Amino acid sequence: MELANIEKLVEKYLNAETSLQEERRLKTYFTSSNVAPHLQEYESLFSYFKSSKDQTFTKPIQLKTKRRDWKWLSAAASVVLLVSIFVGQQEYKKYQQKKTYAQVEKALIMLSTNLKKGDKAFESLYTYENTVKKVNNILKPSK
Amino acid sequence: MNQSDFLKIVLPFKDKVFRLAKRLLVSTEEAEDATQELLMKLWKNKEKIRDYKNIEAFSMTMIKNYCYDRLKSKQANNVKLVHSNYKEKGAGLDQKIEHQDSVSQVHELIKNLPKQQQIIIQLRDIEEYDFDEICEMVGMKPTAVRVALSRARKTIREELIKKHNYGVS
Repeated sequence: MELANIEKLVEKYLNAETSLQEERRLKTYFTSSNVAPHLQEYESLFSYFKSSKDQTFTKPIQLKTKRRDWKWLSAAASVVLLVSIFVGQQEYKKYQQKKTYAQVEKALIMLSTNLKKGDKAFESLYTYENTVKKVNNILKPSK
Repeated sequence: MNQSDFLKIVLPFKDKVFRLAKRLLVSTEEAEDATQELLMKLWKNKEKIRDYKNIEAFSMTMIKNYCYDRLKSKQANNVKLVHSNYKEKGAGLDQKIEHQDSVSQVHELIKNLPKQQQIIIQLRDIEEYDFDEICEMVGMKPTAVRVALSRARKTIREELIKKHNYGVS
């Protein structure tokens, strides 16, 4: 009875008319130890199907993209950029300060030389005044 | 969607994807690469994943197409011969003995079928998908799927009987 059923199912199976449930019945029958001799060729077929399902994807799943590396790189690059801008600004400020210092120095030197010139002018004024005094002194006694 | 949500969706069918890839590409390494590639693609489009009705069927279709592409580019590169001579890594003495075993004979027989029949056998007899899903995955009409499946099963059976009778006589 059971065997007749299996034979019928096998026929249906070959015509691709079996349901999943019926195919599972065939699988259990042909992977058991008591298969009818005239159906033995199916034994290897169904045990192959069964054993094939044991293969699994064992590699660890990697979801990190290379894109992430680029992200890190861009972050690092922006940090470098920021640092270099900062340092550059500092250096520029120093340069600016030096420049103004030099300008101030130059101006002060100019001022001092001009003051010296003024001094000389005063000196000539003093000599003028002295001569005026001398002349006055000369003129007084004759009064 | 974070990583663990994604894995929850993907883990139940990653082995099926891998087995279909292996059926088509033969080599384990290549099948692993293909599976990895597919998972990466899904991960990149993770925002759209929820829009797909059946992400599993979608993945199976994608891996099928990806493997076809790989095979095509292989043919273009003229390394097909190398591919068909491919032997599983670590094929030792015990595997050679097993090779005579009728179970691995089935493997060889399926390998000789047309690619489309291989896929359908894989999806139906190994992964046990119902016909609606298979139709969606391979993009064929139900009758065409049944015809291909029936043809594949009958071919394998005839070859097996031939081999079986050799052993007896």
